[in-house]
Amino acid sequence: MSTMSDDNKQDTVTIYVDDQPVEVPAGINLVEAVAVAGKEVPHYCYHPKLSVVGNCRMCLVEMGTPGRDRATGEPMLDEEGNPKIMWVPKPVIGCATNVSPGMHVKTESSLVKDCREGVMEFLLVNHPLDCPICDQAGECRLQEFATDYGRGYSRFVEQKNVKPKRTRIGPRVTLDDERCILCSRCIRFCEEVADDPVLGFIDRGSYTTLTTFPGKELDNNYSLNTVDICPVGALTSTDFRFKMRVWFLKETPSIDTESSVGCNTVVGSREGTIYRITPRRNDAVNDTWMPDSGRTLYRQVDADDRMTQYSIEGRPCAAEEALTLASTYLRNGRSAIVASGRLSVEEQYLLTRIASHAPGETPAWLVARHAEGDGKLLSADRNPNVRGALVTGLIDRIPEAQLSQLSAALESGKVENLIVVGEDITQAGISIDQIKKANVVYIGAVHCDTAQYAKVEIPLLTVFEKAGSFINQQFRVQKFAQAVPGPKGVLFGLSNFTQLLAAVSDGKDRIEPSPAAVWTEMAAAIDEFKELSFSAIPSTGQLIPADRFADLPFVEGKSLHFEPRTAVADA
Amino acid sequence: MEWNELLLIVFKALLVLSVVMSLAAYAVLAERKVAAWVQGRVGPNRTQIPLLGGIPIIGTFLTRLGVFQPAADGLKFLFKEEPTPGHVNKFYYLLAPMIAFIPAMTTMTVLPFGQYVNEAGEVQPLVLANLDIGILFILAVSSLGVYGIVLGGWASNSKFPFLGGIRASAQMISYELSLGLSLLPVFLWFGGSLNLFNIVQGQTDLLFGFLPQWTILFQPLSALIFLVALFAETNRLPFDMPESETDLVAGYNTEYGAFKFGLYFVGEYTHIIIGSGVFVALFLGGWNLPWVTLPAGLFGTVLSVLIFVIKMLALVFVFMWVRWTLPRFRYDQVMTLGWRWLLPLAVANLVFYAIIIAVIEQF
Amino acid sequence: MATKVLERKPLSLAEQTYLPQILGGMKITLRNMFKPPVTLEYPDERPDIPEGYRGVPTLVKDPNGREKCVSCQLCEFVCPPRAIRITPGEIDAESDTAHVEKAPKEFEINMLRCIYCGFCQEVCPEEAIFLQDIFSLSGYSREELVYQKDKLYELGGTLPDQHYKWDRKREAELAGNPHH
Ligand code: SF4
Ligand code: SF4
Ligand code: SF4
Ligand code: SF4
Ligand code: FES
Repeated sequence: MSTMSDDNKQDTVTIYVDDQPVEVPAGINLVEAVAVAGKEVPHYCYHPKLSVVGNCRMCLVEMGTPGRDRATGEPMLDEEGNPKIMWVPKPVIGCATNVSPGMHVKTESSLVKDCREGVMEFLLVNHPLDCPICDQAGECRLQEFATDYGRGYSRFVEQKNVKPKRTRIGPRVTLDDERCILCSRCIRFCEEVADDPVLGFIDRGSYTTLTTFPGKELDNNYSLNTVDICPVGALTSTDFRFKMRVWFLKETPSIDTESSVGCNTVVGSREGTIYRITPRRNDAVNDTWMPDSGRTLYRQVDADDRMTQYSIEGRPCAAEEALTLASTYLRNGRSAIVASGRLSVEEQYLLTRIASHAPGETPAWLVARHAEGDGKLLSADRNPNVRGALVTGLIDRIPEAQLSQLSAALESGKVENLIVVGEDITQAGISIDQIKKANVVYIGAVHCDTAQYAKVEIPLLTVFEKAGSFINQQFRVQKFAQAVPGPKGVLFGLSNFTQLLAAVSDGKDRIEPSPAAVWTEMAAAIDEFKELSFSAIPSTGQLIPADRFADLPFVEGKSLHFEPRTAVADA
Repeated sequence: MEWNELLLIVFKALLVLSVVMSLAAYAVLAERKVAAWVQGRVGPNRTQIPLLGGIPIIGTFLTRLGVFQPAADGLKFLFKEEPTPGHVNKFYYLLAPMIAFIPAMTTMTVLPFGQYVNEAGEVQPLVLANLDIGILFILAVSSLGVYGIVLGGWASNSKFPFLGGIRASAQMISYELSLGLSLLPVFLWFGGSLNLFNIVQGQTDLLFGFLPQWTILFQPLSALIFLVALFAETNRLPFDMPESETDLVAGYNTEYGAFKFGLYFVGEYTHIIIGSGVFVALFLGGWNLPWVTLPAGLFGTVLSVLIFVIKMLALVFVFMWVRWTLPRFRYDQVMTLGWRWLLPLAVANLVFYAIIIAVIEQF
Repeated sequence: MATKVLERKPLSLAEQTYLPQILGGMKITLRNMFKPPVTLEYPDERPDIPEGYRGVPTLVKDPNGREKCVSCQLCEFVCPPRAIRITPGEIDAESDTAHVEKAPKEFEINMLRCIYCGFCQEVCPEEAIFLQDIFSLSGYSREELVYQKDKLYELGGTLPDQHYKWDRKREAELAGNPHH
């Protein structure tokens, strides 16, 4: 091949997977390279985000490289003038073999098949017959590879090994050692990603057992990622354990709202009930991880203090009535808005539109939520979407935790009407007396003191019940989809906001209550969103220009895939 | 007329009436049983009269046989709610079942069902009214029955009964002709007598000392035509055009329920019974048995009645047997058969026997 | 060519009169009259349920009285009309059958939805659900015909077990590993 020698210097190389030439990035291993070719090398211990150990032997393939004459260094050719392939006499593990130009791989030869059958047979020798009670069933690599590459029947008639079952190894993780196939992914994760090495193997041979170091627990905030990467059902989530079979779960792409990192997630729900949240791979944001704390956020959907009823001064009413009254307030007298960094970009934008129809200046605030970042996937800013409020022009400064300006304005009567969206302002320096002074419209998902003293209450959908987008600390616009329907009686999607907008503008300013329609408006109005549309945002998010906000003192420190601007961080 | 003579007549009439009525009721049961047997089923086998059905073996046997079923059916017809649809022509709607029922009952007055030999050796018929033109009376009255059907179909004022009524009138008129024509050779044969009793008596003797002189043996074609026409006249399968429940729901009686439907039902079965009686009298030697002379006196009388009834019931059975064997003709086939085959055949038959009889009388 | 042209013979005179056919038919019906009836007089007589009959789906226990279902929910998944609804639950660690770990908290089969396809029986990895010989169900309300777990066990009873998988598992557990 003429291009072969050139490949050496480039970032892609050509290899031959079962005699088919494929161009793959240089430096990747054979598991990934074969995947590029659209084929599969089964593997257990290899994980793209962890170091390679090569201990499961499932990924065995046959490999050969073009030979070179030892004396001259010239490529060796066969009779027909093609490069002669020097096959490695024994199968090699794909995960620990990096591609080289002209490399040949056989993934379907009978030797490879025999190898896989052999490995599967050994793995299954001591594996319990637990599939019916195993939470991994349905997404278990062992099941999948046993059907795809196993021999289909068992020759093992002896008694199987006994190992500890139903073991608590941490507050959120349950271990079943019999199911462990000793791939060590979990051990490597704790060491390399979570920086909390607590797991290890004891004993030898088929008695090897995974356990925690004496006196230690797997209790870091990333422990549930071990459950995700465990290829079998050895590590299971105590929260999700036995709750629902995975094959029933509808998977909806979503975003972790815990902090401005914006971990990509998958929400698993069935018939309107959410059962679990797992990370979604995004190499630019969260790799394949997410914090444990973000996995229980679905509980807010059915929280005890969930607000699901429109009401006026505590009296339940129809949605239209509440929204009309809110718009009447807005159109008479001076208004102000307290929005939330947890609202979606669309909602924040619609609030700016609503404010623009109110008479006079309508100041807006966000309530800051700052905490210490962990340097991984929790940043210091625990609002997922402060940047959305900046980009849409709702605010122009970094928010503060106390609304002292608003407090003064309420005190002096400069603000007569107040729209509070998704925040409890009594926690942000506003007294109950001050709330009682103004016409407060509370739009929120939960009952709180603000709701208690507000004139109008309007229920808000949680992130799981609507679609939209957030802008994370990297100024990456990320979409989330609706996983479950909202509570009965609550207007769907963005309707609360679009209907309020229509009412405030006397019916002149009407927008469809869908993110796509709002994005059409935003693309026209906001420079950063030019040429963007909701459907065009890729599932891994879209970076937007951040120059406009370069001088703002963002609070985030360094975290996975994120470097704060040094100038700002130092300032 | 003496009053006691009158009483006797009324008594006789009531007796015959109740016998025929219960025969009709049991004919319904028989029909269901025959259908069940032909189809490998059990038939009515549940109805029980409390005490009677409780008798150990006999009671169970009778229950299984369905003997109590007609009583239950009768009661049901009597006590069911009687719906009258709003769209019917009330007067004719109510009249129709009676018109169907009364002629059927009337015809039996002239049907002789036995004989009585008095001390003088004279043979007397057992009959309510021994008319000289008995057979004509039967033909005339029984063909009135069609009015009941046509009227019912028309008065119901809805599609299916209407079609049923039309078919009934067309079919009855068509076969009435053949029916009558097939009988003429019989009367010629018996010297022109139209009296049923005389005809039965004419079949008593043996021809050449061994051949029973039953009409069917001498005039098989007449018998066949008569039988076929009889099937058509009584609306029995394969000629049940007026009802044809597969295409007309229930034909002329679709809109009828309860007792009115019961009247139609009983009328129909009475028709069959009387029809069978007539056939027995005309063609099967009435109460005569070949090579046997009935003794005189009461015993002979009872025997004669018994023979007659058994022959009649056997024929009723044949009616049912045929019903559960043959499928229904198509309407046009019924017409073709009636006009293109049966009628010419009946005429030819008549001419043939007229010549034969004329020839015989020459000697 | 797979078509075959049949020659239709013209009818003979006898056939045209239709009479021989009628008599032939009557012969058949007459013969039938003397055959024993085939009727099964249902509530008095019960049909013989053949092997493999698919009646009402029921839950069974093994001969030791252990409930066999482990709420794997495969039957719920496979059921075409979605008649089955299971709420899985965990077996208490103190229980006799703690080693089975999982058992249904609730198990409902909506008999009005069930189409008796038998998929649930076929898919069940624990041989816990069987379509047995019950074929007549009745009730006064829809709710009544949504059979709950206890009712399903009552109908199912106990069936022989070929494997005693979990009992053997416990034996192995009690014996422990030779190594230790
Ligand atoms: S780990 Fe996989 S193979 Fe093992 S019991 Fe669980 S589902 Fe089955
Ligand atoms: S527990 Fe899971 S991830 Fe850990 S070694 Fe065992 S199989 Fe691998
Ligand atoms: S028999 Fe079929 S329809 Fe009935 S419960 Fe089982 S799977 Fe569902
Ligand atoms: S398939 Fe069997 S074990 Fe699984 S839930 Fe259904 S009945 Fe229970
Ligand atoms: S994946 Fe290569 S050895 Fe495990």
